[in-house]
Amino acid sequence: MQNQYTLSVFSEHRIGMLMRLTTLLSRRHVNIESITCSECEVEGIFRYTIVVCCDENLANKIARQMEKQVEVFKAFAHSGCETVFREIALYKVPLKTLSGQLELVLRKHNASVVALESSFAIVEKTGHEEDLLSLLRELKNFGVLEFARSGRVAMSKPMKPLQDYLNEMELYNN
Amino acid sequence: METTTIKEKTKTLTGAEAVVKCLLEENVNLLFGYPGGAIMPVYDALYGYEKQLRHVLVRHEQGAIHAAQGYARATGKVGVCIATSGPGATNLITGLADAMADSTPVVCITGQVHSHLLGSDAFQETDMIGLSTTVTKWNTQAVRAEDIPAALAKAFYIARTGRPGPVLIDITKDAQFGKAEFRYEKCKGLRSYVPYPKVDMEKVRQAATLINKAKRPFLLFGQGVVLGGAEKELKSFLEKTGMPAAGTLLGLSALPTDHPQHAGMLGMHGNYAPNLLTNYCDVLIAVGMRFDDRVTSDVNRYAKQAKIIHLDVDASEINKVVKCDLPLPGDCKETLHLLRLAANSNDHSAWVDEFKKLRSVEYEAVIEKEFFPENSALSMGEALRLLNETKSPDTILVTDVGQHQMIASRYFKFETCRSQITSGGLGTMGFALPAALGAKMGAPERDVVAVIGDGGFQMTIQELATIAQEKTNVKILLLNNNFLGMVRQWQELFFDKRYSHTEMQNPDFQTLAKGFGIASKKVTERKELKGAMQEMMSSPSAYLLEVVVEKEENVFPMIPAGAAVDEVRLC
Ligand SMILES: Cc1ncc(C[n+]2csc(CCOP(=O)(O)OP(=O)(O)O)c2C)c(N)n1
Repeated sequence: MQNQYTLSVFSEHRIGMLMRLTTLLSRRHVNIESITCSECEVEGIFRYTIVVCCDENLANKIARQMEKQVEVFKAFAHSGCETVFREIALYKVPLKTLSGQLELVLRKHNASVVALESSFAIVEKTGHEEDLLSLLRELKNFGVLEFARSGRVAMSKPMKPLQDYLNEMELYNN
Repeated sequence: METTTIKEKTKTLTGAEAVVKCLLEENVNLLFGYPGGAIMPVYDALYGYEKQLRHVLVRHEQGAIHAAQGYARATGKVGVCIATSGPGATNLITGLADAMADSTPVVCITGQVHSHLLGSDAFQETDMIGLSTTVTKWNTQAVRAEDIPAALAKAFYIARTGRPGPVLIDITKDAQFGKAEFRYEKCKGLRSYVPYPKVDMEKVRQAATLINKAKRPFLLFGQGVVLGGAEKELKSFLEKTGMPAAGTLLGLSALPTDHPQHAGMLGMHGNYAPNLLTNYCDVLIAVGMRFDDRVTSDVNRYAKQAKIIHLDVDASEINKVVKCDLPLPGDCKETLHLLRLAANSNDHSAWVDEFKKLRSVEYEAVIEKEFFPENSALSMGEALRLLNETKSPDTILVTDVGQHQMIASRYFKFETCRSQITSGGLGTMGFALPAALGAKMGAPERDVVAVIGDGGFQMTIQELATIAQEKTNVKILLLNNNFLGMVRQWQELFFDKRYSHTEMQNPDFQTLAKGFGIASKKVTERKELKGAMQEMMSSPSAYLLEVVVEKEENVFPMIPAGAAVDEVRLC
C-alpha cells in the first residue's frame, strides 16, 4: 500500500552526498515529496529528511541502501504515526486587503505577520501540510502574491539518540 | 623520537608525485592506464618508476579498467587504473558499472581540468563525480595537493573492505601541480562505515537449529565466499552437514567442481538439478550471493516452500529480493565457521543422490550431445571438454558474455580458488580480453585462458596490442559461430527465428592476430582440435586459437523469461 514515509538519513557533510541519496530514489522511480537538510545535534553530522510516497517494504529497502553508502551513518524509514513533523509556510498578501476579516482568518489559523511593508504583509504559519494548505485556500480570497512552503522537519519516536548509534558503530569498528 | 620519525616521513612533493608515492605505500606495483592532458603531471611523476611501479599502456580506457578488474579478481588485491579527464574518464564508466555489479575492488584515478575551470564546460571537462556516483562505492574530487594522500588512503580502504567495489578519485590539474607536505597514513576505519557487521550469535544458534532439523537443506554459494576468502570454511561446513550445494555464476570456483556435494551452477543456463530442486528443499542457506534475477527467475515462485537463511556482508542485500527468515549479516568467513561449530554432523546422502540422478538426466539429454556431437560441426561443449583435458589444475578461466560464457562456465573444471573471472552482474561484452591480460599479469605463475565469442572479441580486440607489447602469455580460445549467438538463440526461441542484425561478416581473425604479432591457429575439423588445444596450452607466448563452431547451437538447460526455477527446460 502506498503511504507517506519519512526517511531520516544521517551523513557526513560531503559534496555529492545529496546526489548519492536521491539517485537511490530516482532509480526506483520514486518521487520526492519534500526534502530538508541541516546539521543535527552532533556537530559535523547532517540530517536529511526526505518524504516519499511508496509501500513500507520499499521504504525500508531504500533506507538500507542509503545506509550502505560509505558516508552515511544511519538511515531510517518511518511511517506517519511514528514521526512528529512540521513544515513552515510563508504567504505574501497585498496590504490593501488587510482588513478585519483577514485578521480573523490569521487568528483562526494561528498564523502571524512577520513583516509589514507599505504594499504587502508576510504571514508565517507552522504546522502540517493540510493546515498550511487550508490557510492558503482561505488567503486566496484576499489574494496571495507569493507562497512558499518548506520541506518537512521530523523527529521519529522510535529512534534512539543518534549518539547511541554512533557509539555502537565505534564499538563495531574497534 | 616521535617528532623525528614524522620529520623523516614529511617532505614536500607535488600532488602528482604524491599520487605515485601513495600507490607505492599501498604496495601497488602494477597499474593500467592511458595518458592525456589533464593527467600529464601524474604521468610525468611515473617516469623513472618503471621498476617499482609498472604501468601498462592499454589501447582504450575500458581496457584499463577491465584489466584492473581481472587483476583484482585473480589476486584479491585492489586493481588500479588511471585515465585523463573527459573522454578518457568517461571510457571508464562501463568498467565502473561492471565492477560495481560484481563487487570488484578497483581504484580509478582520473585527471580533471584546472579547478578554476570546473563547471565552465572547459575543454575535456566532464562532471566525473556526477557521472560516476551511481557506479562507484565511493568517489571524491581532490582540488588541492594536500588532499591527495588522505583521499587515496580512503579510496584503497573503501575499495577492499566490506563488500568490495570500485572507487574513483578525480584530481584537478592544479592539485597535481601544487605542492604540499607529504605524509601518508593508511586508512584504518571511517566513523560512518561498518564494513563487517557484527555476527549475532543468537541468530547463528537459531540457524543451526533450522539446519539440524532440515530434511532437505540446500546451500547456494556466491562470489561473497571468494571475496571473503571463505572457501575452506564453506567446504568444512558442507562436509560436516552433508548437504548439497550449488554456485552462482561468479561463485563457481569457491568449491572444486568435482566435490561430491557440488550440484553445479544456478541460474538461467545453470544445471538442471540445482534449479529444479531449489523449489523442493526445505531450508535454503544463501552464502555471499544476492538472488540476482538470473538466479531466481520468477521470484514469486522461488523457493516459497523453504526457510531461507541469508549470510551476506552487505546488510542491504538481505530481504532485498527474497524474504529472508533468518538474516545473518556479517563476514561469511566468520559466520560459516561459527555455523559449522553450531551445526550437527549429518548425512544427507539420499538427498544428494537426488541431485546426482537429475545430473544424469541432464548428461544424457544435453551434456553428452555437446561433448560428443554426432554431426560434423564442432560444438562449444567439445572445445571445453578438450580444454579440461589439456589444462593445468590452477588454470584461470576468463569468459566474455554470451553463449560461450554459459557453456564455459557450465563445463570448465574449477579446481582451485579464484579460477573464474567473468562479467556477471553487468554482462559486459568485451570484458574478457583485457580482464585476461590483467589476470595474467596479477598471477603470472598460472595459466589464463580467455574464452570469447566472435562478437565480444571485436569489442576490445585492440587490447591484443597491449598483450603483445607486454609479452603477456594469455591464451585466447575464440569460439567463432559467426553470430551474436546468445541474441540469435533468443530470436530463434522467442522471436520466430527473425534473425534481426545478429549475423556478422567477420574479419579474418588469423590475419588480425598476425598483424598484432600474436601466434594463432584456426581449427575447423574435429581431428585437429585436441592437438591445437595442446599447442595453445604449451605455447610460451600469447596464443589465439580460433575454433569455428556450429553456427546455430543453443544453450540448454534454460529457464525461459518469466518461468519459475523448476520450469527449467532441457530442450
Ligand atoms: C556491451 C554489450 N552489448 C550488448 C550485449 C547483449 N548481448 C549479450 S550476449 C550477446 C551476443 C554475444 O555474441 P558473441 O560474443 O559472438 O558470443 P556468443 O553468444 O556467440 O557465444 C549480446 C549482443 C552485451 N551483453 N554487452
